[in-house]
Amino acid sequence: MTSSNHQFAKQETLPSSLAAYHDFVDDVIGRLGAAGWGDSDLFAIRMALEESISNAIRHGNREDPAKQVEVECRGDARSFWIRVCDEGDGFQPEDVPNCCDDDRLEVPGGRGLALMRAYMTKMQYNDRGNCLTMEKVRHIAS
Amino acid sequence: MATRNRLDVAESASVSVVRFRDAKIIDPETIQELGQELFDLIDKDQRHKLVLNFANVEFLSSAALGKLITFEKKAKRESATIILTNISPEIYQVFAITNLDKLFQIKDTEADALAVL
Repeated sequence: MTSSNHQFAKQETLPSSLAAYHDFVDDVIGRLGAAGWGDSDLFAIRMALEESISNAIRHGNREDPAKQVEVECRGDARSFWIRVCDEGDGFQPEDVPNCCDDDRLEVPGGRGLALMRAYMTKMQYNDRGNCLTMEKVRHIAS
Repeated sequence: MATRNRLDVAESASVSVVRFRDAKIIDPETIQELGQELFDLIDKDQRHKLVLNFANVEFLSSAALGKLITFEKKAKRESATIILTNISPEIYQVFAITNLDKLFQIKDTEADALAVL
């Protein structure tokens, strides 16, 4: 198996609906699975896709049907890269309190960022805070 | 007997064992309905010892975690005890990353939970 056999690139404009992006996620996970990624990595990437796109719809576009989410990704057997952009005002991730502090464990929101940070190799917002870029490098046992 | 769409509940004298029907807990409607059915166990059915069995759950979002946290707070207010069991390694990692393994009482199996309830 070579990476070129399973290389893919995908770009899609998604509506600001929390019910409208699951087919996109399933397709990406299916392609990565075909490229040889294991269940644990696929779980991690599914989580990053779910949290980044739902954040863009819910917090970025505030579910405004006039706004859209642009998603671009590419992957192969060794790495996966994705950019998710919304049409919102953006935010500064460093201003978001750490949900995982002991005195904030009972606060219901804010765990998506922590999960994406943990599961992906790299994660970065643009200066405005409305575009998130993430990358995951697959660890392949030699 | 309550009609439930998201949960299967087995009730003994004092303990309710709850299984989630959905393998993926992501959709807002699913999460809302699931939360309401959990709340009803305490509010309507007056159940105060609850085992939440995650054996069927393959994936859950942070929004689902938020609903579980809200339920845990309610349970605490109502002096109810909830114990989470049968969590897959992947789902357990989600709880560990977010430190929720400190908030929730988690046991390996239903039997382990029933032994301390």
